[in-house]
Amino acid sequence: MTKRSARSRWRDSGLALLMLAPSGVILGMFVIYPLVKAVFLGRQRCSPTGKCPVTGGWQQYVDAFRSHEFQDALIVTIKYALITVPIGLVLGVGLAVLADKYLRGIGIFRTIFSSTVATSVAVASVMWFFLFNPNLGLLADWIGGVAKTPGLLQSPGTALWAVSASTIWANLGFTFIVVTAGLQSVPKDLYESAYVDGANGFTRFTNVTLPMISPVLLFATVVLTARAFESFGEIDLLTLGGPKAKTTTLTYLAFGKGLPTAADDGLRATVTVLLFFVLLILALLQFRGLEKRVHYGN
Amino acid sequence: MRFADPACAMAYPADVAQVRLANISKKFGGVTAVDDIELEIGDREFMVLLGPSGCGKSTLLRIIAGLEDPTEGTVTIGDRVVNDILPKDRDVAMVFQSYALYPHKTVQANIEFPLKVRGVDKPERAAAAKVAADSLGLGEYMNRKPGALSGGQRQRVALARAIVRKPAVFCMDEPLSNLDAKLRGETRAELIALHQRLESTFIYVTHDQVEAMTMGSRIAVMSRGHIEQVGTPQEVYDKPESVFIAQFVGTPPMNILPPGSIEPGEHLVGVRPEHLRVNEDGPISMTVTLVEQLGHEVLVTGLVGENRVVVREAAHAEQPAIGSTANLDAEVTTRHRFSALTQRRIDV
Repeated sequence: MTKRSARSRWRDSGLALLMLAPSGVILGMFVIYPLVKAVFLGRQRCSPTGKCPVTGGWQQYVDAFRSHEFQDALIVTIKYALITVPIGLVLGVGLAVLADKYLRGIGIFRTIFSSTVATSVAVASVMWFFLFNPNLGLLADWIGGVAKTPGLLQSPGTALWAVSASTIWANLGFTFIVVTAGLQSVPKDLYESAYVDGANGFTRFTNVTLPMISPVLLFATVVLTARAFESFGEIDLLTLGGPKAKTTTLTYLAFGKGLPTAADDGLRATVTVLLFFVLLILALLQFRGLEKRVHYGN
Repeated sequence: MRFADPACAMAYPADVAQVRLANISKKFGGVTAVDDIELEIGDREFMVLLGPSGCGKSTLLRIIAGLEDPTEGTVTIGDRVVNDILPKDRDVAMVFQSYALYPHKTVQANIEFPLKVRGVDKPERAAAAKVAADSLGLGEYMNRKPGALSGGQRQRVALARAIVRKPAVFCMDEPLSNLDAKLRGETRAELIALHQRLESTFIYVTHDQVEAMTMGSRIAVMSRGHIEQVGTPQEVYDKPESVFIAQFVGTPPMNILPPGSIEPGEHLVGVRPEHLRVNEDGPISMTVTLVEQLGHEVLVTGLVGENRVVVREAAHAEQPAIGSTANLDAEVTTRHRFSALTQRRIDV
C-alpha cells in the first residue's frame, strides 16, 4: 500500500470537517453552548428581573447539593424511579409476551397496548386526574377510604404512587413496542429446542426469552430511568409538586414553581447541572452493572 | 478433528424405538403439507427423508418430534401412540438446521440444559455432559460460548446436547446444511459412526441426495407431501419408482428420453449418464453443447430434440467437439421405462 501524501490527507480532513459542520453547529448551539452557559450560570444568584449580580462560585453547587430541598427532591426522584421503572418494565414485558402469539385478532391488542406511546403527557395526566378525582373519579368510588378523602393525589402517603401510576401507564406503550421488537428477533428454534428438551413455559421464559431480550431490557431500563428523573408534565398537572413536596422531583425543583428556586435563574441552573451529573452517574452505573448480564447475540 | 474413541461409554439401553406413521396428514389452512403418509422406521435404523424444499419432509419430522400435531393419522414410537404425548415425554431429541444453541450459555450449560430441566443433579449432569462432549471432541471448549465456535463445532454441541439425555429417537433437520462442502463431507462419515455407536433410531431430513445416499440405511423420497418411494439407497438409485425420483437422485440426474427415441413404444425411457455411450450406429443423435472436464471423468452435455442429455465418460476418452453431432446408445438392461401419462415406473 502506498502512503497518501500529507496534502491529500489534509484535503480529505477538510472535506470531512465541512460535512460534519452542520451537525457540529447544531450540536454546539443547542447542546454544548447551553450546557456550558448553565454550568457558569449555576455559580450565580439572580434576581427576579433576570440580573445576576451575586457570584456564589463553585461552592454554590456544594451548598445546593447539601440543601434539604435538593436532598428531599433527590429522594423523591429516586423513589419515583424505583416505582415506575421496575413496574413499568414488568408490565411492558408481560403484555409483550402475552401479545407475542399468532392468534386471530392479536393485532387489535397490540394496537391497544402500544397506543399510550401516541398519547401526550398532558392528555394522560388529565385522564388520570379525573380518574383520581375524589368527587368524580371512578377510583374514589371503587377504592373508597383515602381515595375519597382527601384523594389519592392529595394524600402525602399516596400522591407519589398516584403520579407513578399515570407515568407507568403513559410509558407502557414505549416499553411494549421495544420489548415486542426484541421478542420478535428471538429465533423460534430456541423455544422449540427447549420445548423438546422438556422446558416448561416458565423455564423457557427465564432461559430463553429474558436472556435473548436483555439488550432491549437494558435500553428500556436506561430510557425509563432517564424519563423518571426528567418527569415534569405529569407532576405539574397532577400535584404541582405537593402535597408537602412529596412529589417534588429534581426536575420540578429546577422548574421551581412555588419554591425558592422559582425566582432565581442561577439556582435553577445549579439544580439542572446537578441533575445532569446525577443522570450521568446513574447511566454509567446502569451500564456497568447491567451490561455484564446482557447478551448481544453473535 | 474427528469424533473421539467410539469405545467411550455412550452406548444406550436397548429400548425398542420403532417409529410408525399411519395415515399422517397435515394441513396449514387450505395448504396440505403432508398427505396420507404411511411409513415404518425400524428400531435403530438410519432413515433419511429426502426431497426438495417444500415437499413436507421437515413437517413430517416435526410431527414425529411433537412440534406439530398431525391433522389426521397416528404416530407410534415403540409401542405407544404418541399423538397426545408432549415432545419431552416421547424420548425424542431434535437437532435443528440452525443448531438452536443458546448463545448466552456456555457449551457446558448448553449440553447440560436437557438434563437440568429434567431436574438431574448438578454433579450427575456435569458428568453426563463431559461424556457427551468428550465423545464429540468438545472437551476443551466447555467454557466457551457458541459465538466463539466454528460452524462445525456448533454442530457438534447441538449433537452433544441431543445425545446427553440418551433418547431412543434422534430427529435431525438438515443439520449439515450450514457447513461448508469439506466439513459437510467429513461430518457425514462421523454421523454414520455416531449412529453405529449410539445404536439409536435416526430420522434425518435433507434435500441433499448425496447425504441421503451416503448416510441412510433407507431413504424415503418425498414430493409434494407424498412419499414417492422407500428403499435402500441402492434400490432407489437402481430402480426409481418415478421420473421425479429418477431425476432427483443421482448427479447428474437420469436422462429422460421421449417415447420412440431409443426404442419403440409409447413410454418414456430413462438412462443414467454413465450408461449412455457414444456409438456411431446408436439410434440417438445428440448435438453437443458443453464438455465439462472434471478430472476423473468428463461430462458431455447436448440436446436430443428439445431434451437436454448428459453423458458421463471416462477422463481420457475421446471428447466430441462442441457443436458436433454424436450418436448415442444404451444397453437394454440399463434402460428404465416410465409411463408417459403417470410418470410412474413400468417394469417390463
